[in-house]
Amino acid sequence: MVRAPARPDGGAPVSVIQELSRDRRSRDQGVSPRRKGDGRWALFFLAPWFVGLVLITAGPMGASLYLSFTDYDLLSAPQWVGFENFTRMFEDPRFLGSLGVTFTYVFVSVPLQLAAALGLALLLDKGMRGLALYRSVYYLPSLLGGSVAIAILWRQIFGADGLVNQVLALFGVQGQGWVSHPDYALGTLMALNVWTFGAPMVIFLAGLRQIPRMYYEAAAIDGAGRWRQFRSITLPLLTPIVFFNLVLQLIEAFQSFTRAFVVSGGNGGPSDSTLLYTLYLYLKGFGSLDMGYASAMAWFLLLIIGGMTVVNFLASKYWVFYDD
Amino acid sequence: MRPRGPRLRARIGSVLKHAGLIALGFVMLYPLLWMVASSFKPNALIFREPGLIPTEIDLTNYTDGWNALLHPFSHYLINSAIVVLGSLLGNLLSCSMAAYAFARLEFRGRRLWFAVMLMSIMLPIHVVIVPQYVLFSQLEWINTFLPLIVPKLLATDAFFIFLMVQFFRGIPRELDEAATLDGANHLRVYLQIMLPLSLPALATTAIFTFIWTWNDFFSQLIFLTRPEMYTVPIALRTFVDATGESSWGSLFAMSIVSLVPVFIAFLFGQKYLVKGIATTGIK
Repeated sequence: MVRAPARPDGGAPVSVIQELSRDRRSRDQGVSPRRKGDGRWALFFLAPWFVGLVLITAGPMGASLYLSFTDYDLLSAPQWVGFENFTRMFEDPRFLGSLGVTFTYVFVSVPLQLAAALGLALLLDKGMRGLALYRSVYYLPSLLGGSVAIAILWRQIFGADGLVNQVLALFGVQGQGWVSHPDYALGTLMALNVWTFGAPMVIFLAGLRQIPRMYYEAAAIDGAGRWRQFRSITLPLLTPIVFFNLVLQLIEAFQSFTRAFVVSGGNGGPSDSTLLYTLYLYLKGFGSLDMGYASAMAWFLLLIIGGMTVVNFLASKYWVFYDD
Repeated sequence: MRPRGPRLRARIGSVLKHAGLIALGFVMLYPLLWMVASSFKPNALIFREPGLIPTEIDLTNYTDGWNALLHPFSHYLINSAIVVLGSLLGNLLSCSMAAYAFARLEFRGRRLWFAVMLMSIMLPIHVVIVPQYVLFSQLEWINTFLPLIVPKLLATDAFFIFLMVQFFRGIPRELDEAATLDGANHLRVYLQIMLPLSLPALATTAIFTFIWTWNDFFSQLIFLTRPEMYTVPIALRTFVDATGESSWGSLFAMSIVSLVPVFIAFLFGQKYLVKGIATTGIK
């Protein structure tokens, strides 16, 4: 994987994740020796960020960690209850159900979304005619997919009289109210997530463009067919991008909220079948003002996401290929 | 005859591929096109016509929807615009300042702070939202736009710091060193060299900030509860609750009104959006 910093012309995909895992020696290339007086300027330039870090990010983080060990309803002072919120979580059937719903949603829709993204990126590579237009068309849903408007549209499309059933009726198939059936409602949300495959696809396209042409030329001279070239060149050189997309999309999917909120009418129904984690957190914290419990849930979410990312990094040693 | 075989086959393959890609694009965009078409149809027809061409064109959905809530829809559009403008100003200024420090200044703990900044990008908002709510309600900022704008003035959208650090690193150091030799201080280097040379990065930041803020639902839902403070997404969701399933037409019409600004940003900012995702990997 090319690790040069992004050039102004938008060369290599340099990601947050890469930056974090980057080897320390290379990071500071080109930094001139410490100059006198920089410290004060740094204070000036970083002041807004630093105030934000303390007041908006780190401070509230610490506070919510504290609140997660309390009983707090916003009106009276927080009461220390130790680990009670956490033990309550695992006795709360709605919480466990919501955890299951979220895991299903994440681990089914993200692989499908990435498979679609990769498949389309492979079809679109090679400077084909109309590339820019295809890319735009496939990318547009990614920009709109998180909005309330699209969630409203989804609710109608998969409703009893919705577009899907109207189309099915043309073929003589009698559909049903997909969003109001507990077995299918979550599926409609997953479909929405897959629909937004355009963003990871654009990242794949950028990655594909980084693979030097001469690798393929050399392989072709050695008599490798297209499948062999794909297996031995494209796929291994693309694994860092696959890894990056995977980490990013998993983190994002765990936090899906708007679509579940709007499609279910704000309650995660029918029968809690679309009660995604963050929706339940919202209902607990801002619906029933159980802020201690909501904070505990937030920290547990952070643990899940953090743990999953660590596992991803550890596992990446076995399948992600770095050619440098 | 023989040599033409493979070429013909490649030709057919290419035609099939394009046909497939076009069909897929059509299927993907169909719901959007259908929503646009339906917004011009009377309610009864929305449930009977899966086609795109309305048998009669009717603007009542738009006029009805515009006035269906407590305030005319323009009120919510203006509220959203205020939040977006404040966020734009905040992100462009505060993130570029922080990025300048990380990209060009030497100071103690730079690596550590940089790592802290990177990790804050990944932090789910849920971990901070409850105490933020408490803080903002003590400041009596609930039902104002301040909880949505002030954090941006304090560079909490660290993703854009990262984006700009990447960009600044690509600008040749010789330029600012020459300016320093001519007696320019860091403020002047930042204002007169870095910012003018970073217009693509600033444009990318502006477009993403615009789209994300415009679409943002979670924080606006929490901080804005009085109808006159509603932004477009909150107004739309109230609309769903208020009308239920009875007036899909006007609901669609207002949904489209809410998507038009994003669509325009997409049309004009495509180049920056694609570059922004490709270099930093965020949707």
